[in-house]
Amino acid sequence: MSKLSLATVWLDGCSGCHMSFLDMDERLLELAEAVDVVYSPLVDAKDYPDQVDIALVEGAVASVDDEKKIAKIRAHTKTLVAMGDCAITGNVPSMRNPIGPQAILERAYIENVTAQPQIPCVVVPRLLKVVRPIHEYVKVDVYLPGCPPSADTFYAAIKALIKGEPLDIAALTRFGA
Amino acid sequence: MSPVETDVKTLVIDGKEVSAHAGQTILEVARENEIAIPTLCQLDGLSNVGACRLCLIEIKGSNKLLPACVTAVQEGMEVVTSSERLLKHRRTILELLFAERNHICSVCVSNGRCELQSMGQQLGLTHIRLPYRNPDLKVDASHERFTVDHNRCILCMRCVRACAEIEGAHVWDTMGRGINTIVITDLHEEWGESSCTRCGKCVQVCPTGALFEKNKIGADHPKSPDFLPYLNMMREAQ
Repeated sequence: MSKLSLATVWLDGCSGCHMSFLDMDERLLELAEAVDVVYSPLVDAKDYPDQVDIALVEGAVASVDDEKKIAKIRAHTKTLVAMGDCAITGNVPSMRNPIGPQAILERAYIENVTAQPQIPCVVVPRLLKVVRPIHEYVKVDVYLPGCPPSADTFYAAIKALIKGEPLDIAALTRFGA
Repeated sequence: MSPVETDVKTLVIDGKEVSAHAGQTILEVARENEIAIPTLCQLDGLSNVGACRLCLIEIKGSNKLLPACVTAVQEGMEVVTSSERLLKHRRTILELLFAERNHICSVCVSNGRCELQSMGQQLGLTHIRLPYRNPDLKVDASHERFTVDHNRCILCMRCVRACAEIEGAHVWDTMGRGINTIVITDLHEEWGESSCTRCGKCVQVCPTGALFEKNKIGADHPKSPDFLPYLNMMREAQ
């Protein structure tokens, strides 16, 4: 059997889901026999491949950049997995929603800064008015809640996805787990 | 000979024949017979208000779904407590609760001990299909011992009932209508400035992290609402 391609993506999140993914430790070697990691903050590929079997997406959609990325990922992915609470609920990044990006930027880059206070406007992407979960932009196939989902949750879920077996998410994890 | 008047009713719940006293609710009778109906606002020791609608059940011959906690048993009733239709409605109710305010489990004092969170898991909720409202809500930390975070309130009215019915203080009540409803202390005074007796019963009965004790989080913050039936029983005995 040829290997499946696996991508992991980091949108607006803390990378804690990726850390928890790595916490699978030696079980990563077992998974590596069934999948190739073709795109990830953990590997060198710069562009999202044309055909990806499974994509694990961490983080909410918070900037114009995230918006473009999630559309591209969806277009080139068979099974899109919302990984962790940020991708699923907006979680911590969404706590700015009642306040709005302008007030947040001013607080961080003007009010609390003494040397050359200025709001960054080049290179960094523009923030969206509201942080939203990825399923409000694209169709999501599998939801893996948790902040972060545990290594055991990752292992059980990815194994089931590789084998095409049914998955009882609620038995594995929950919001805030 | 006319049948003897009795106050015993017989009915069927989920295909099981059960008997009950007149005046008992469907929820009480179901629980006596180990038939679980999910609830959030209901709490043993407090009056029933049917605020959360999670305990909706089907009754044969009626198109309406009725809340089991405030529906009295009737002779010959045929009740269904779980079906695809009911599960769909219960999940939607939970999704509405999650979408209505800012429930960020990962940073909540009650993470891991929240009745809303565990009910979501129990009913297999993996995401919220409705768009989040992200309302701008306040946190009142004016009380020396307790805090109310309206972002996490599900308007179950347990605090209002515990304060009025058990403590007899009726400091908590509600203000506004529909989606704009919030719980308030006195006539919308700050909690710290209110006539609160500082008993803490409201905090113990709160199913989420909306009411919590200061300086306590997560594992330090188990809530024990089970003192209510005991308190009621001891008071009745006096």
